[in-house]
Amino acid sequence: MSMTNSGASLWRMMLLALLLLAGLGLTQPALAQADPDREAATAVGGVSPDTWRQVRSGETGPNFRDSRNDSRYNLVNAAGQTWREIRNHWVTPFGLIAIGGMLAMIVIFYLIFGRKTLDERPTGRKLLRWSLVDRSLHWTVASLFIILAISGLNILYGKLIFRSLFGDAVWGAMISASKVAHNYLGPLFGILLIIILARFLKHNLPKRHDLEWFKKGGGLVGKGHPDAGFANAGEKVWYWLLASVGLVVVISGFVLDFPNYGQARDTMMWANVIHAIGALGLTAVAVGHIYIGTLGTEGSLEGMTTGYVDESWAKEHHNLWYDEVKDQAVDEQQIERDTSSSGDPASGRPGEA
Amino acid sequence: MHPVSYREGQLIAPVLQEIPMAQMKFMCDAERCIECNGCVTACKNANEVEWGVQRRRVVTLDDGEPGEVSISVACMHCDDAPCMAVCPTDCFYKTDDGIVLHDKDLCIGCGYCLYACPFGAPQFPKQNAFGERGKMDKCTFCAGGPAESKEEEYEKYGANRIAEGKLPLCAEMCSTKALLAGDAQTVADIFRERVVRRGHADGAWSGNPLADADNLAYDATQQG
Repeated sequence: MSMTNSGASLWRMMLLALLLLAGLGLTQPALAQADPDREAATAVGGVSPDTWRQVRSGETGPNFRDSRNDSRYNLVNAAGQTWREIRNHWVTPFGLIAIGGMLAMIVIFYLIFGRKTLDERPTGRKLLRWSLVDRSLHWTVASLFIILAISGLNILYGKLIFRSLFGDAVWGAMISASKVAHNYLGPLFGILLIIILARFLKHNLPKRHDLEWFKKGGGLVGKGHPDAGFANAGEKVWYWLLASVGLVVVISGFVLDFPNYGQARDTMMWANVIHAIGALGLTAVAVGHIYIGTLGTEGSLEGMTTGYVDESWAKEHHNLWYDEVKDQAVDEQQIERDTSSSGDPASGRPGEA
Repeated sequence: MHPVSYREGQLIAPVLQEIPMAQMKFMCDAERCIECNGCVTACKNANEVEWGVQRRRVVTLDDGEPGEVSISVACMHCDDAPCMAVCPTDCFYKTDDGIVLHDKDLCIGCGYCLYACPFGAPQFPKQNAFGERGKMDKCTFCAGGPAESKEEEYEKYGANRIAEGKLPLCAEMCSTKALLAGDAQTVADIFRERVVRRGHADGAWSGNPLADADNLAYDATQQG
């Protein structure tokens, strides 16, 4: 009874269950009304190999009965082992490699190249980049993303660390809160993600100059900044990742979150695998997005906090957009005066053409 | 952090510590199972299982056909339990005698154990929106579960017959002794003996000369 031989013992057990039933298959169906002894020896009909193939494949067939109310389960859930192996042997390490790898890359990048500072001094003249609605949406979706990522990571990895660290009482509260937060905030995230994707679509349509941006590695290769409009090609990649993988994660999340619609166990298994892989991948990319938007680039974060960016920043990072809106630049003092008198100055239209 | 002292055979621990613990297993002799659902009923009654939850089920293959066969299924208390391996809260544990139990205080009702289980054993009292399933419930081999008191244990998990030196009620009440429960070695020995006897002309169903061809019911006067 060793715990080490994981797959083998399970299969042994399933095999045992099959063997028990297979014992029936030895006798041949025969008719012998005249001879009671012979009938006694052969009355129990054989179970055909087809039946066992069916059991192994997980099918149920028209003459399958389960005494449990409303049960749609087969005798042996063969897919469960596959799901377990995918989840524990592939998805779990994948997430660690993806997120840990991204963190390691960022640390190495930061140590070698450091922060991307502005080439020119800030002019003090500002351009409106993100309206109040844009920023509210961004930070709501961002906060939800972080809560979902942390609670999701806790659901996948938490037991490896926190149970032994904090004990059952704290761990129980932690994991329960994670599940509740994940399940109730998830749908809200999904709805807001669709809204923000629709709102930012116009900035993220692919353009010819995006190819040039990729060739120059976003400015890492060669000298100077490659051309970029309101959103550069890197931001567009993040947008379209959210618009594709993000939506897949949302949809698979809905499948998992609403068992009341009676979707099958197998459906939820596969939804879980897709959800986990997609979400872990997005979390890894999000770490990169957070780095570039905060520590990695001078002047980026203020765009999403105050709504305004400096002229120099716009010229260097989004030159094509800058060319469109440069005549709308406002003095820093002017914005401060407006803010103190009438709340947020950027509550109107964002400064795009 | 399982504060109970009377489960996991600890009552007898001082005396029997040196003796290796049993490895508890269920086995259903499908040739004997007559699909009476007595095990299901016994289990519901012994454990006062929640409405809508049925810890044991009887599956019939090829129902109504000559090869019809039935088998009683519940948690099989796997050596390498898949539920245990995938549980995000790590709420499962294995007792010294090989029984897989879970802590309902830790369970969050995510349903992963149900995805992984080969036997469809884990069940949830609810199936509501936002993944509200309630606490998972499954067969405990009539060994209760972690709780502060006997009353709480019964309330959450049902009977702890193992602590009283008794085997699961489903097997005890099986009318044809198709369902066997106990130490794996003992169960295997009983089954092996049956298989040997079934090699005989009467198929181990009956050696009783009074039994005619149509009377294939289990004969309590005979072993096997």
